[in-house]
Amino acid sequence: MQKKELVAMLLAGGQGSRLGILTKKLAKPAVPFGGKYRIIDFTLSNCSNSGIDSVGVLTQYQPLTLNAYIGIGSAWDLDRSGGGVSVLPPYVKDQGGEWYKGTANAVYQNIDFIAQHDPEYVLILSGDHIYKMDYSKMLSYHKSKGAAGTIAVIPVPWEETHRFGVMKTDEQGRIVEFQEKPKVAKSNLASMGVYIFNWKELRSYLEADEADPKSSNDFGKNIIPKMLKAGEPLYAYAFREYWKDVGTVDSLWEANMDLIKKDPDLKLNDSKWKIFSLNHTYPPQLVGPLADVQGSLLSDGCLVLGRVHHSVIFTGAQIEEGAEVTDSVIMPGVKIGKGALVHKAIIGENTIVEAGAKIGVPARPGEKVEISNENGITVIEDNVCVPGTMRIVEGTVLSVAEWPEFPEEWIS
Amino acid sequence: MRDLLGIIDLSEPTEGLGELTLHRTLGAVPFGGRYRVIDFTLSNMVNAGIRNVGILLNDRFGPLLDHIKDGKEWDLNRQRDGMFLLPAPLRTDSSEGMSSNLSNLRHNRSYLEKSRQEYALFSGCSMVTNLDYRAAFAYHLEKDADITVIYNQEGKLASHPPYTAVVTDGEGRITDIALNPRECTSRKVSLNMFIMRKDLLISLVDYYSARQKRDLFTDAIMPRLDELKIFGYEHRGYVGVINSLKSYYQHSMDLLKPEVWRDLFFSHGLINTKVKHEAPVRYLEGSRVQDSLIATGCTIEGTVENSILFRGVEVGPGVTIKDSIIMQKAKLGPGVSLRNVILDKDVTISAGKSLAGDPSFPMVIAKSSEV
Repeated sequence: MQKKELVAMLLAGGQGSRLGILTKKLAKPAVPFGGKYRIIDFTLSNCSNSGIDSVGVLTQYQPLTLNAYIGIGSAWDLDRSGGGVSVLPPYVKDQGGEWYKGTANAVYQNIDFIAQHDPEYVLILSGDHIYKMDYSKMLSYHKSKGAAGTIAVIPVPWEETHRFGVMKTDEQGRIVEFQEKPKVAKSNLASMGVYIFNWKELRSYLEADEADPKSSNDFGKNIIPKMLKAGEPLYAYAFREYWKDVGTVDSLWEANMDLIKKDPDLKLNDSKWKIFSLNHTYPPQLVGPLADVQGSLLSDGCLVLGRVHHSVIFTGAQIEEGAEVTDSVIMPGVKIGKGALVHKAIIGENTIVEAGAKIGVPARPGEKVEISNENGITVIEDNVCVPGTMRIVEGTVLSVAEWPEFPEEWIS
Repeated sequence: MRDLLGIIDLSEPTEGLGELTLHRTLGAVPFGGRYRVIDFTLSNMVNAGIRNVGILLNDRFGPLLDHIKDGKEWDLNRQRDGMFLLPAPLRTDSSEGMSSNLSNLRHNRSYLEKSRQEYALFSGCSMVTNLDYRAAFAYHLEKDADITVIYNQEGKLASHPPYTAVVTDGEGRITDIALNPRECTSRKVSLNMFIMRKDLLISLVDYYSARQKRDLFTDAIMPRLDELKIFGYEHRGYVGVINSLKSYYQHSMDLLKPEVWRDLFFSHGLINTKVKHEAPVRYLEGSRVQDSLIATGCTIEGTVENSILFRGVEVGPGVTIKDSIIMQKAKLGPGVSLRNVILDKDVTISAGKSLAGDPSFPMVIAKSSEV
């Protein structure tokens, strides 16, 4: 195998349990996003645009959709000889095998893969963030600081610091303290889960961490604190552009809505930094005679005969005459029947909303509703059919397993 | 379908297409918002399981090669079989125009011989349709025909000459063929697609090219009508022909009907094309879009009615586009108004300009022009 300066390891095995029914059958990085993409496209495109040509994608939870999607990496120009993209599920070794226990253990189990490329540096990435970042600039920073490890950080509002790992740095950017989800934060620089390490050093820390039975084998909880304690030079690399963790229903919906602002912070049509995705060549979208489309994002293969306002409509979705879709995320292949109403909802792939159905309507006085997210977003599972007689109150999360008996008030 | 070899001919006449074919062969003419004309024939062949496709190149093929590259988008970059580019013989005389398909086939005879397929499907690329070659091939075998000609009778092909009418008997055998007949003998119009044994094709090519004949169909197949069993296979479904500006415009506008859109782009498989990774279309507040086909990479703030926008067109506030076809990356200044216009690729229209053609004769602005 050819020697590489840097190998990227993309952690894509997470279940994304906070996305609930949206990740029942697929890993979080495979969740559709932004009209034609899947979440992992952003990280893979960043690699490709940054000139990285060896990427290991670590999979574990529900990998079939993701495996089929990545294929040999052609869509991201990562079908390369002597590198390219390699999908890395856990495997059985001579001492037996085990699942990936944590982020650090996942990389530990693939030490041999990394060693094949004999790199100077390893870039650790998560497959569940939406951002455009040039990793080659971060690598130059890492080298210029003579760091053992560099952690990409982004300033977050102080009131949200408790959700992140935060880095306190000195004036040179060297990390002096790391707090994992602190109650009282000393800094508002949050780790983005993007790390560059010198491979030799990282390897020894991974091996030591694996030998520590008390460790939860996690980069944030174990590796970074151990390196700091040992006095390794760790630096923070500040990133000031758009970055969003889309791990919850709220953040997934918000990140989609961010794209349809008049002047979005994350521009998708940037010819110098394209976001690549696996495309089936659907025809251009057809907007019909009575259609009314405003403030929205629509992809190929859509047929719009109704009204679409402030929504993101994915590849191959159809909105029939008289249907109204507002403030919603309509995933690939969804059909919204005649006269149906969809408000502030996420509709899963290939689901059919039959003519006349109402999704995301306000509760009637006295009606009991279980709202499961901050924004009151209604979520409908993929590959189901919502009968035309149904009225689904805002904030409901609807999974087919709960369907056999509809509450009576749901039938309008 | 491993037994069927596909051959695509690019020598159909293009004079009627004016500026659209000034610098490009017919197969490379942009169509339907994101496609080139050849995508339809190529995708139909691949969707039917054909794995060996030869393309008879003629002149002005640069844009075509840039589009099809190594055939990867059609899964034709194969170790065995795949896509083959078959250049025309070098012209020793100074005569203008394209070399004929017979001389082109003769020149690439070794490709035909070496291919392991027993049958050949020969097709022009002016017909825009989504058809099932598997069914046509099954028909050919079932009828034990020498040659099967694929025809269509529901389209408007006869109103866009030149065209070839065929007459069939009760069995489906072709009994008469006429070029642009004055009196309508039949509504059945040949799609310029023929299936026959490869060795029959080679023998026709050998015989007629040696006698300085030019066209496979009119010079080699028509004279054998009585001698060979020539059958007609009817393809039902939408067919558009791209042979004049008028037909180009009309058949483009047909795509705005949902039933045509569905038939042409989905009926027997998707039509593949070169992928450009453009972002989804952005509709801003205040946009007004109706009866239009919009490709990815467009941003719309103005008005678009009854029109086709190719990839990456920006329609700013105050811009009005009606009954028009706007190709890739057009730059339209503020307040531009267009009606019955075809803008070729990379055209720039400066602020406030108003251009209008006639519904029966659209105004064409050549590639990379500045108005």
